[in-house]
Amino acid sequence: MDPLEPEAVPSQRGTGEQGHPPATERQMTGMIALDTDVADAAVTAGTVTAAQSELRLVLRRFVRHRAAMAGLVVLVLIVVTAFTSIGWGLIPGWWKQSYLTFAPSLTDGGRATLRLWPFSLGDHPFGQDTSGRDYFALVMRGMQQSIIIAVLVGLVSTVLGTVIGALAGYYRGWVEAVLMRLTDVLITIPLIAVAAVVVNRIGGGGILLLGVFLGILTWTGLARIVRGEFLSLREREFVEAARSIGASSPRIIFRHILPNTIGVITVSATLAISGAILLETALSFLGFGVKAPDTSLGLLVQINRQAMDSRPYLFWWPAVFIVVISLAINFVGDGLRDAFDPRQTRSKA
Amino acid sequence: MLVFIARRLVVSFFILLASTALTYLLVSYSDNPLKDLLELRGPTREAKIAARTLALNLDSPVPVRYGLWLGDVGKCLWPWSDSCTLGLNRDGKPVFPQLQAAIGSTLRLVIAATLLALILGVVTGIVTALRQYSVFDYSVTLVAFLCFSLPVFFVSTLLKQYLAIELNTWLGDPTLTYAGITIVAVLSGGFWALMVGGGRQRVPLVFAAGFAATFATIYLLLATGFFRTPYFGVLGIGIFGLAAAVGWTALFAGLTRRTRPVLMASVATAVAGTVVVVALSPVLDDPGYLVVAGVTVVLVVIGALVGRLLGGEQRALASRVGGLVGFSVALLMIVDQLLRAYPTLFARTGGRPVKTTGSQSANLGADFWTTNLDYLMYLILPTLAIMLISFASYTRYTRASMLDVMGQDYVRTARAKGLNNRTVIVRHAFRNALIPLTTLVAFDFAGILGGAIITETVFGWSGMGKLFSTGITNVDPNPVMAFFLVTATATVLFNMLADIAYAYLDPRIRLG
Repeated sequence: MDPLEPEAVPSQRGTGEQGHPPATERQMTGMIALDTDVADAAVTAGTVTAAQSELRLVLRRFVRHRAAMAGLVVLVLIVVTAFTSIGWGLIPGWWKQSYLTFAPSLTDGGRATLRLWPFSLGDHPFGQDTSGRDYFALVMRGMQQSIIIAVLVGLVSTVLGTVIGALAGYYRGWVEAVLMRLTDVLITIPLIAVAAVVVNRIGGGGILLLGVFLGILTWTGLARIVRGEFLSLREREFVEAARSIGASSPRIIFRHILPNTIGVITVSATLAISGAILLETALSFLGFGVKAPDTSLGLLVQINRQAMDSRPYLFWWPAVFIVVISLAINFVGDGLRDAFDPRQTRSKA
Repeated sequence: MLVFIARRLVVSFFILLASTALTYLLVSYSDNPLKDLLELRGPTREAKIAARTLALNLDSPVPVRYGLWLGDVGKCLWPWSDSCTLGLNRDGKPVFPQLQAAIGSTLRLVIAATLLALILGVVTGIVTALRQYSVFDYSVTLVAFLCFSLPVFFVSTLLKQYLAIELNTWLGDPTLTYAGITIVAVLSGGFWALMVGGGRQRVPLVFAAGFAATFATIYLLLATGFFRTPYFGVLGIGIFGLAAAVGWTALFAGLTRRTRPVLMASVATAVAGTVVVVALSPVLDDPGYLVVAGVTVVLVVIGALVGRLLGGEQRALASRVGGLVGFSVALLMIVDQLLRAYPTLFARTGGRPVKTTGSQSANLGADFWTTNLDYLMYLILPTLAIMLISFASYTRYTRASMLDVMGQDYVRTARAKGLNNRTVIVRHAFRNALIPLTTLVAFDFAGILGGAIITETVFGWSGMGKLFSTGITNVDPNPVMAFFLVTATATVLFNMLADIAYAYLDPRIRLG
């Protein structure tokens, strides 16, 4: 048998979710004499089910996506651990060491005390860095910083990208020309390079500023996508209908078009956050991002790269957390994409 | 078309102007360029400050400095000017020679990574699309996600720390126990079984064949001392050339009675190509880049001519396949010559051929092939590190685009006409699936250049990334601008080429 024949035609898959599969249609007209289209969404094989909102459907598809749920669970665990262990702001920490305390001497050469069986954390589960600070606390602090920066970047770039893409796509004309040329200019520059230039100055000035500025530089991809969506949606009948009853432009943008692009935006925001984790760690690694005495995962990797031969775990812990966080976010983003658009091929990147 | 190119060039010029202005201002305002000198004590302080002020024109405001920098760039465009400096760095040295020294190694890295990622990514993407929802597909998906989540500096450090050392140690004493060979052969058999797929009978069969072939190959290579003195020889080039002839014919024409002339033509090309390589061997002992390029062109032309002569009714197809076979023979010749240079390089580098720091051996003073092999040895690890991310995105993108095309009506029509699977995939689906990829590759180029900054730091290359990061740390705008100038021009150029290629590949799109 030809192995390609049955599966390789994606247009046949996924029609079951939103369209009318021919088989069901035939069944329906055979079993129940319905002559209106109104009921066919609610009728499946003769039983009447309650109509479900789009959001519920999306949520259900997302929950069914195993990889995405696993990613979400891992992500929540990591975030909760990072923020409760050493505490953050008003949250009290349960971990006994502080990332600011320099021990006068290394305990047992700074070796890691984490035991998997029987499980025990010991005094320094990830060991101590060269100046005697508890490495577990340091990694947790680095994780807090990296996550905060990434979320900020995600928020800022999503808002900017959506607004700019929406304006360009809705108003067309000179607004579009100006905004899209601006995007072109930013796209010609390697992101990491321009980020390095901008951030080098403010890196010592706190992570909030760092996150906002990185967000200002990373909106271009989303702006292009949102513009594309707006270009096609603004020609649709429901927009014309809204315009004909006198709806204002802001109302059309926010009430009619934007809700239809929410899927694309959510997915893009998720991926922006995982991209931001990588960007921030890379910048800190190069020495342009977060700077000592503050810390981040990238900076920890950079500082402890030299200890690779003697104590490799100092390198491994922060690096593995970067990969795990980013991987988890990517899986969540993939699940969201599938949930919002079931017709699209699975995990299209 | 010409109007389109002209208009794009004008727009690109203004985009470049805007982006360089933006970056110049950002770098210049990022910090005080005299910061380190102001902390100096001693009599030379004032003189040094004056010298730097002169070199960087610090007594004029930043926008004026940008204008002066533009003037320096303009001098490089003016062919009769002999003062192409691209500005001075903060020590008063012209930037252009530094850029010239740096650009070669970085371009080698970036081009090698792009090509490799593209070829591997497209092939993997197509196989995963053809075997959708198979074990192979899921494994590649997982690997792609992992690649997306791996920071470049992490991969680079790992490669440098583990792979390089292990590989060098092994190459110093290339032996494997039978158990070792078996493990490698099992892995390879498993890979082929997953990739080829098929039913209950075919999978074990493919596994067995893959296992046996790998086992035999490794055993033979070890027995003949290939890992100490590697080379193909005339026999090797001939055999691999014939294999390439049969393979390309099978892929592009099919091995049927009707396409027998194509097969004949490509086999004849392989034989003729091998003869040419043997005849030219004195020239190829220590050639230059031009000679190698010339020989490659000659081989491709021979292939195309032979195809035209022997192709019969399928002349056009046969000459294309013949040209491809000629190119394959040229490639085999190059690889063979590089491999022959290995023992010399091995001896010169003290038995640690895979390099982890720098971009080329200093004072190698060797012939053409050894020098190039030396470049390659330095390239291996950084290329691997940066290509992973692009590889992942190319794989995913090709897969999605291939699946999309396979569901189109014209593919169904092609099948309905009774065309065989190979023709449908290669002729109808594959070509159209590649169209959207052109845009992606163009955009990705900037990303790879960015990745090069990180890999160059980890592997201690003194390329453009180094120029850039020292420039930023020192608040020295001109070297940084040299980096931006090259990357921005490359990106703009690639985007334009992608648009033109897009229109060429998809006739529905009109330029202009």
